[in-house]
Amino acid sequence: MTTRSAKVTALFVGLAVALLAFAVISAGSGQLRIPPGEVFGSVLGRLGLATDGVTHPNGEAALWSIRFPRVVMAVLVGAALASAGALMQGVFGNPLADPGVVGVSSGAALAACTVIVFGWTFFGTWTVAVFAFVGGLVTTLLVYLVSRSGGRTEVVTLVLTGVAVNAMCGAGIAFLTFLGDQQAREQIVFWQLGSLNGTRWQYVTVVLPLVVVGLVGVMMLARRLDLLSLGERSARHLGVDVERLRIVSVVLVALLTAAAVAFCGIIAFVGLVVPHLVRMIVGPGHRVLLPASALGGAVLLLAADLVARTAVAYADLPIGMLTALVGGPFFFWLIRRTRRTAGGWA
Amino acid sequence: MTHRRRALGPQDHAPTRGTVVLSAHDVHVAFDGVPIVSGVDLELRAGEVLALVGPNGAGKSTLLSVLAGDLAPSSGSVRLHGEDLHGLRLSDLARRRAVLLQEQRLSFPFHVEDVVRMGRAPWRGLPEEDDDDTVVARSMEIAEVTHLAPRLFPTLSGGEKGRASFARILAQGTRVLMLDEPTAALDIRHQEAVLVQAREQAAAGDAVVVVLHDLTLAAAYADVVAVLDGGRLSGYGVPRDVMTSDLLTEVYRYPIDVFEHPDRGELVVLPVREHAVRPTPGETDRQSSILSKGQRDARPDDPRHDLPDSPTLP
Repeated sequence: MTTRSAKVTALFVGLAVALLAFAVISAGSGQLRIPPGEVFGSVLGRLGLATDGVTHPNGEAALWSIRFPRVVMAVLVGAALASAGALMQGVFGNPLADPGVVGVSSGAALAACTVIVFGWTFFGTWTVAVFAFVGGLVTTLLVYLVSRSGGRTEVVTLVLTGVAVNAMCGAGIAFLTFLGDQQAREQIVFWQLGSLNGTRWQYVTVVLPLVVVGLVGVMMLARRLDLLSLGERSARHLGVDVERLRIVSVVLVALLTAAAVAFCGIIAFVGLVVPHLVRMIVGPGHRVLLPASALGGAVLLLAADLVARTAVAYADLPIGMLTALVGGPFFFWLIRRTRRTAGGWA
Repeated sequence: MTHRRRALGPQDHAPTRGTVVLSAHDVHVAFDGVPIVSGVDLELRAGEVLALVGPNGAGKSTLLSVLAGDLAPSSGSVRLHGEDLHGLRLSDLARRRAVLLQEQRLSFPFHVEDVVRMGRAPWRGLPEEDDDDTVVARSMEIAEVTHLAPRLFPTLSGGEKGRASFARILAQGTRVLMLDEPTAALDIRHQEAVLVQAREQAAAGDAVVVVLHDLTLAAAYADVVAVLDGGRLSGYGVPRDVMTSDLLTEVYRYPIDVFEHPDRGELVVLPVREHAVRPTPGETDRQSSILSKGQRDARPDDPRHDLPDSPTLP
């Protein structure tokens, strides 16, 4: 199957090039334009490899205190959401599973909003992330327990469980919006729209370790997820401890979702769209799917954020709105396609 | 298990024909107090095909789950290669026995070859991993799915899925095979092929347990037949001793004839069909003309020539 490995190589090279290109363009775009050459120069300068930096007097500051943290955050959040989606689909054996659709994101958001409204600071900068993780974990477990029966998850049950969980979390967030003061309300609204605006290095240092741990963990499950697609019993017959695989997966989904949601709010459909496109190109094998999804998610979110910042002059559109605008119709198409083919996942 | 066990490969447990590899002692299974399997004693020997037969709900699949290590018996014990089956680590178990389930499903559209290759997973990181390519190719050849290798599994027909899954089970390279109704979705040629392969595995020293509904197939290919009824063993032994008209009629609650094929001497198990379509006097001419046309076209050595019109029953 040399054509397949050629495809895999092409996909990874293509995504890596796109990631780099979008990162440089994104860092150079905005009210203060910085040419790609100068962006590179600035990075090399910090590494002590070059002396020519940015020509504009405020350029260096704009790059390093505003744009680079935002670019890195977009990469991390995109990778987290897409790989969480791919993992969830693998565990549920269902390509419609996605942290947003299923309601895990809103569970994490609810917990985070609670922190905002009550102004809790138990864990310093980490408070929101910790609560988002716990909220995500509880909802993932809930969805998992409620939507499974007889060892498998039907699409309808899963989507309806998502509807119910999203409704409950929505009610909770609405109540918190009612309770909160002016400032808390604004923060909650920003949450639900999803945005990378105002990202600081401080936030990146919280999200980075979570995403790294999550991605490493996800990669370690890849082979077992392949076997799990044979069904729980057959996977067990091949030596997979299915129960343990599921618990580890649920924790990892919660971790990655929390990392994504902690500072950037709800950004839906990334975990649905990216793994699906990757599967269409290189097939469902998780050893390729998971890293390619992480990379693809990073590219997608970087591109979406670029659009969010530059589509309308002097305005920063909410990125969650953009991903939902593209992801909604995609989800619809996915359902139509499923109904037509019923390709192995009724 | 607290200690690490040495990996077991096909080289280990070198088959000595007749050695007991799997044994069940007084196995009971009950769900919510309802007994499903009661007091079953079984022995599976190397080089032997054991058929589990019985009516629907007799506990065949449940018993197979217990023998496969999926389900712990409520009481009693199962020993594999002399060790307590339910104390073995899953990875260890995966190198000792392979299980073909009735339902073949796949959540994502993998290629057939990838599915067969999944059977090699238990050998990852062990010397046997080097043989992966040859074993996968050989297994696909045996199961006659080589031509399906680049196809996507979900696009296969039921029978093709069954054969691809059988190839995966063979690729697992274990010395104990457990097949739950492997012939269910297959046409006659492939039914025979699967059971011929089961016999060949046994000839090579493997032990095979197979759940079957077709009693003639069971009689033809099994060394030992276990007849289950209401969770109990009603009969256990060589087919000729166990599969009698009386016992089967009682177990299946339906009149069943057992007779020998007039030429080959094989056991033929046939339900008594009182309501079967029979030629009525008015239609005799048309029937016989069709029959005679068929006989005209048949080659002289066609076995149909030798079939008596109505078999003489014992």
